[in-house]
Amino acid sequence: MKKQGKSSSYLGDVFRRFKAHKLAMVGLCVIILEVLLVFLLPMIFDIDPYTSDINAFGAAPSAEHILGTDDIGRDIFARLIYGGQVSLFVGLVSTLISVAIGVPLGVIAGYYGGTFETIVMRSADVFMSFPSIILILVLVSVVGPSIFTVTLVIGIMGWTQFARLIYGNVLSVREKDYVESARAIGEKNFRIITKYILPNTFAPVLIALTFSTANAIIMESSLSFLGMGVQPPQASWGNILYDAQSITVLSQKPWLWVPPGIALVLTVLSINFFGDGVRDALDTKMKI
Amino acid sequence: MDSSQNKILEVKGLKKYFPITGGLLRKTVGYVKAVDGVDIFIKRGETLGLVGESGCGKSTLGRVILRLIDATEGEIIYEGQNVLKLTKSRMREMRKKMQIIFQDPYASLNPRMTVGDIIGEPMDIFNLAKGREKEERVLELLSVVGLDIQHIRRYPHEFSGGQRQRIGIARALAVDPELIICDEPVSALDVSVRSQVLNLMQELQQKFELTYLFISHDLSVVKHISDRVCVMYLGKIVEVSEKNELYDNPLHPYTKALLSAIPIPDPEVKRERIILEGDVPTPINPPQGCRFHTRCQYAMPICSQQEPVLRDVGKEHFIACHLY
Repeated sequence: MKKQGKSSSYLGDVFRRFKAHKLAMVGLCVIILEVLLVFLLPMIFDIDPYTSDINAFGAAPSAEHILGTDDIGRDIFARLIYGGQVSLFVGLVSTLISVAIGVPLGVIAGYYGGTFETIVMRSADVFMSFPSIILILVLVSVVGPSIFTVTLVIGIMGWTQFARLIYGNVLSVREKDYVESARAIGEKNFRIITKYILPNTFAPVLIALTFSTANAIIMESSLSFLGMGVQPPQASWGNILYDAQSITVLSQKPWLWVPPGIALVLTVLSINFFGDGVRDALDTKMKI
Repeated sequence: MDSSQNKILEVKGLKKYFPITGGLLRKTVGYVKAVDGVDIFIKRGETLGLVGESGCGKSTLGRVILRLIDATEGEIIYEGQNVLKLTKSRMREMRKKMQIIFQDPYASLNPRMTVGDIIGEPMDIFNLAKGREKEERVLELLSVVGLDIQHIRRYPHEFSGGQRQRIGIARALAVDPELIICDEPVSALDVSVRSQVLNLMQELQQKFELTYLFISHDLSVVKHISDRVCVMYLGKIVEVSEKNELYDNPLHPYTKALLSAIPIPDPEVKRERIILEGDVPTPINPPQGCRFHTRCQYAMPICSQQEPVLRDVGKEHFIACHLY
């Protein structure tokens, strides 16, 4: 009973405000559509991203291959779908890893301070002073390239931005009178963090979350493009682009690189719009 | 000593020093002596006004009493129990009896919680009421502080300063406290709203038999609401007395100077203003002896050597000054 009353007030308002944000709704629809396409389509239809069609090498889009085929006759549409699975997986999971490491560390460092704060924030500084792409290249070449190592490494490298962001916010929020008022009514630290600190620091984290997801997708594409990410024959948007590097392909076979490019841009944009909408929706001061 | 039974709260030798850290290793290089040996008591059912300039330690004192800030030294006796010695869980129980109303009504309410949640939260913590019963309690409190019951689902930013302060008062009342520390509760409000909130607080005091420690820098507000008044200067209490006695017959030179600064709403009457020279000395390095001697026009040699103690000069008029 009690829970329901609460969710109908706060979450209900959040949802209402979110629905009023046009771009964010478009972004959300695109993301949902994409997820459905990428994960459901292969279950329903028989899509094969690996087999070569010996009758069509580098063929232009046609009825049989709606986005054409690559130089060894694989269907681009099928590769796009399977590549999308990889991109979305890497983007979301690596961001979740970053958040799972960064947010608790940042909150605890900011709220309690002391030695823990020094250790966490100084190691964040150390982490940030490494050029991440080079570190990732080294780590991936040591562990061996695969979707999971790429995801893990991108995720672990990303914790610093969340930790620093939330740390800074917690520092300012914990001095607010309403946190003191919570202490005055005998609120426990854990509840102060979850009910007073986090709701008031989470909006910027949500923005960072969406940027980070978008970045991870791009990072995976870059790594695959450099040949250190997802290994062929497995498809990802990055290595489809990697295969389309030559001048002839770029100028004469646009179906090899335009679709994955558009998919990448569309996904990243949608996620960013979605993040914008969530931030506005969480802001109780927005009047919609 | 029947007066000791009347004391709801007694503070003895309370000190709060904030360390100043400096250098790479954050070594302690000094202390801000915000509260430096304060002795006061509050009688059950009264309003004790606490006045002083900005930075004299009034708010710190209020917060130390509630243990929102840890004390450096001293005792806080609440109904015979030393608050500073209580364990965490006992202290949480104690918070049912002592509450606080904050100065800034814009900063003291969590912007992500509805009014209903803010007022209902203390009831959750102490398991005072649940579900339907809780909502009824919240609605009752809303009407007690003069808010509309429809406000329960709204967020703090939808209210004016005066209304927010009413929400803050309702939150403090939610646990049915005995003592409320009012930390400049009307200073941030418009003058027109100020008297409404003050009157509400007086009404509530009668209705719920509350005891107030009313912290303010506004002498006329303190005069309006207090039974006794306590004057603080640089972390120390310099004068305590019954209200009329203090306003009619101030003894401490600092109190005299403060009172002479109250404007009189009559152009015919001229009052001799005592203008204090210089600034308030820093609490990092307070003056030796009497803290006020650097600005006192009656200062004697002894004032800079020996610290005056708070003494009763009759009629429960306490004063810390070598002149008396």
